[in-house]
Amino acid sequence: MKVANKIETAHSPAEIPNDWFTWKETDKEAAEVVSRPSLSYWQDAWKRLVKNKLAMAGLVFLVLLTIMAIFGPIISPYTVDKTNLPNQFQPPSGDHWFGTDSLGRDVFTRTWFGARISLFVGLMAALIDFTIGIIYGGISGYKGGRADNIMMRIIEILYGLPYLLVVILLLVVLGPSLGTIILALTVTGWVGMARIVRGQVLQIKNYEFVLASRSFGTKTSRIIRKNLIPNTMGPIIVQMTLTVPSAIFAEAFLSFLGLGIQSPHASWGMMANDALGAILSGHWWTLFFPAFFISFTMFAFNVLGDGLQDALDPKLRK
Amino acid sequence: MLKYILKRLLIMAVTLWIIVTLTFVLMVSIPGSPLNEERGTNETVQKNLEAHYNLDEPYHIQYLLYLKSIVTLDFGPSIKQPNQTVNDLLGRGFPISFELGIVTILVAVFSGIILGIVAALKHNGIIDYMAMSLAVLGISIPNFVLATLLIQQLAVKYEIFPVATWSSPAHMVLPIIALATGPMAIIARLTRSTMLEVLTQDYIKMARAKGLSPWKIVFKHALKNALMPVVTIMGTLLAGILTGTFVIEKIFAIPGMGKYFVESINQRDYPVIMGTTVFYSAFLIFMLFLVDIAYGILDPRIKIHKKGGES
Repeated sequence: MKVANKIETAHSPAEIPNDWFTWKETDKEAAEVVSRPSLSYWQDAWKRLVKNKLAMAGLVFLVLLTIMAIFGPIISPYTVDKTNLPNQFQPPSGDHWFGTDSLGRDVFTRTWFGARISLFVGLMAALIDFTIGIIYGGISGYKGGRADNIMMRIIEILYGLPYLLVVILLLVVLGPSLGTIILALTVTGWVGMARIVRGQVLQIKNYEFVLASRSFGTKTSRIIRKNLIPNTMGPIIVQMTLTVPSAIFAEAFLSFLGLGIQSPHASWGMMANDALGAILSGHWWTLFFPAFFISFTMFAFNVLGDGLQDALDPKLRK
Repeated sequence: MLKYILKRLLIMAVTLWIIVTLTFVLMVSIPGSPLNEERGTNETVQKNLEAHYNLDEPYHIQYLLYLKSIVTLDFGPSIKQPNQTVNDLLGRGFPISFELGIVTILVAVFSGIILGIVAALKHNGIIDYMAMSLAVLGISIPNFVLATLLIQQLAVKYEIFPVATWSSPAHMVLPIIALATGPMAIIARLTRSTMLEVLTQDYIKMARAKGLSPWKIVFKHALKNALMPVVTIMGTLLAGILTGTFVIEKIFAIPGMGKYFVESINQRDYPVIMGTTVFYSAFLIFMLFLVDIAYGILDPRIKIHKKGGES
């Protein structure tokens, strides 16, 4: 206040002569210099994911697990179903790294076979959910109106179905096998994905860039493919990483109930079930290895999903 | 509100009808007749048996009879256990499973919320990291693995708790820990994240500025709003606990519904599978309905009579 008064008494604005001012050259180029490399959305997300140590540990674990799932049974001198009764319940040793089970089968070989089954079931379930969910949710969200209304009612009905009960029922009818397990898991499993895609599409389709695209006369299918789907990818990928562990859990759960992969093949749930009696007599390794790998695979997918959630959220971008 | 409830009831009815029809399709699509295993029955006996179970009627009549029996809550006899009806099994097993389920939910909700609050209040501190690591582990370890580990460590090795059957409170400890850990972890994570969000709100700052005790701020002002998401996932958690009882009861030899259900699956005792599935589904669907209504009543921001369902 004081200062303002002083200036006013000194000079009224009109009295300030023009030669008090000098023209300062602005460097227009300098203002436009980009100080750090421009990052695409995916590069930025990756950078942030790498910083998340727990998520990276999960990723590394999953990569190693995949490698072992592919090569483990190949490098092992034993086969998955070769029984060797005199050799039952061997503790872990140089011959049998993870020991042998009640039928003398090599737990090492069976564990990696189980990894194949679990990863395959998990990834297939996620992929099928993704495909159906993105088509169904995309159409429902983009069309809106009556079509959306009807499609959402169908989803509401399916959503009310108790997931594992339906899966159990389907497997009792269809008979347990790898194909039927994946089918049963995806029959109602895609509903969650469809809901997420729809919610995202509903939100994004009203943004200006979609409007701009439409005003250029872009076809609907192209808008869905080029504008909507790439921008909904974040939550969809997170949902996929979380579908995998729940499918792996479901497979293990079903195998545990005797509705999963059938002997002589191996799955982690089945191995845990077989080990139930054995651990009471102290043969801990028959349970430990499948239990460890089920838990850590689910753990790895969960922390990776959490990490991706943070990394892919544009609101958290610095 | 009334319109919403009616709409939800309609959807419930359709969902239930799908389950009932699915179970019927199951019954007629089993290879051969459910009675085929009875060796040594001659043709007349077979015919009489079929007539007794209405298996000689055409499918659409069987379907209507089946619908009628479901509506009148008569799930029929068990094939594999003579002189037992599905209703007998339900009557014997359900109270035990219900007890297990209720205690599990109470334990999971209380411990989960407390863990979540502590983690949120000590945000980014050691306690927070420990609680959340515990939570992720709890989500990752399947309940049947946890159950077996608990038995091996606490029952067989150190003999702290008895296992098998359902006769004293001590017998209940291990099954409840095994069953409650997963839901507890989910609740803890959810409570933590919503609590963190709520604690930054203006009205919490206001309460703090007013000089309210931290205790009062957390439990009286913050918690009420932080718990809404927990209410929404109660339905899913209930479904998880219910299916969890199958394996837990199997492992701990608890004579509840889940054990009968698993046995019926292994023995392919179709009437028991069907009856139990329908019963479980009806129970769960009704619970989901109650959760939804409760949510509508508890959260004043939701006006369900305006536009039904979620957006």
